[in-house]
Amino acid sequence: MDGIHDLGGTQGFGAVRHAPDAKAFHEGWEKRVNALYSLAVRLGVFNMDEYRHAIERMEPRHYLTASYYERTLTSLATLCVEKGLCTHEDLERRAGGAFPLALASAPGRSNAATRERFHAGDRVRIKADHVPGHVRMPAYIRGRVGVVVAESPPYPFPDAHAHGVASDDEPTYDVRFSTAELWPSSADAAYVHVGVFQSYLERAPEK
Amino acid sequence: MSGADPLTRPAAPVERRVDAIQSVLDEHGMRPGEFIVQADHLVEEKWVPENGARVVAKAWTDAAFRARLLADGKTAVAELGYDMPRHHRHLVILENSESVHNVICCTLCSCTAFTIVGLPPDWYKDLEYRARIVRESRTVLREMGLDLPAEIEIRVWDTTADTRYMVLPTRPPHTESWSEEQLAAIVTRDSLIGVARL
Repeated sequence: MDGIHDLGGTQGFGAVRHAPDAKAFHEGWEKRVNALYSLAVRLGVFNMDEYRHAIERMEPRHYLTASYYERTLTSLATLCVEKGLCTHEDLERRAGGAFPLALASAPGRSNAATRERFHAGDRVRIKADHVPGHVRMPAYIRGRVGVVVAESPPYPFPDAHAHGVASDDEPTYDVRFSTAELWPSSADAAYVHVGVFQSYLERAPEK
Repeated sequence: MSGADPLTRPAAPVERRVDAIQSVLDEHGMRPGEFIVQADHLVEEKWVPENGARVVAKAWTDAAFRARLLADGKTAVAELGYDMPRHHRHLVILENSESVHNVICCTLCSCTAFTIVGLPPDWYKDLEYRARIVRESRTVLREMGLDLPAEIEIRVWDTTADTRYMVLPTRPPHTESWSEEQLAAIVTRDSLIGVARL
């Protein structure tokens, strides 16, 4: 989905609040909720793609104002309701007040009908797909051309795996893009490498 | 009962919401209390940047290990006793040089090789880093205290799949006679992510 979570290249943000000794957790409940979601994944209540997608489905204003671990909490609670472990009313009764959850999911999709094996050095284009459900293709590479630098082992296809849709595992390719291709004359000169699922890729003509 | 609640009704305090979900998992026999204690040990003691630092120090002092690490990161770090979650099937080591600098991010969420480089620090998960590092890498690194000469090529790695990355920093020249332990002590979490050089 073209959601609020897809932040890469979004302009208007200020300085990164960085400190060399920055913490991963600030409050006790953050560590607790991180453990709880991880437990639910270990026990097979949901998988990582379902977890990520339930974060992406948060109402945009909620997403932007929630802390990182509040997003974890919202995804965990949403999936527990959707998987039938409890109801939303039950959660609100236990919490003693409103318990905002993520919005409903759109349908997922399976692998692309035809997929090609690529090798390091191949020029590839990211298909101009718009996907209503979960997808791991950041919008900033859509339709752009890059060069394959490496292939990964096969992984579950997230667009299907987040939705309980049957699919084959497929490799991802580390694809190198120049920032001049991604944001012409509007970015610092650099290469950006993105892990791209095979289904998102097509061969691009040689230069 | 819609997700638009935050706009109309103030949410219950976050700790109460965590308590609520924990009690649901408890009633389903998932023993969350026990797991919270285990997880605390993992995040505080086991999944720490000192792991990545030890990997780097070994790579600096053992050429054969360095070659294995660059060929297959996940298998090589396992030699030192470090494992990765089942869904991280691949660890790619990004070697810095005098002319190349690598930096890691996750624009869509906040993925990292957390068992090797430690749980991601707060700034890595913030909207600012996720939005800006891919497009304004040199500017953002400078703001974060790393002013790279113009001739150094920057390579940003966006963790959009389940391949995980770790930067292998360049070894500082003044450390030639140092032991592996001394070397590991100077490798910081920031240098493993790539927002600092050593």
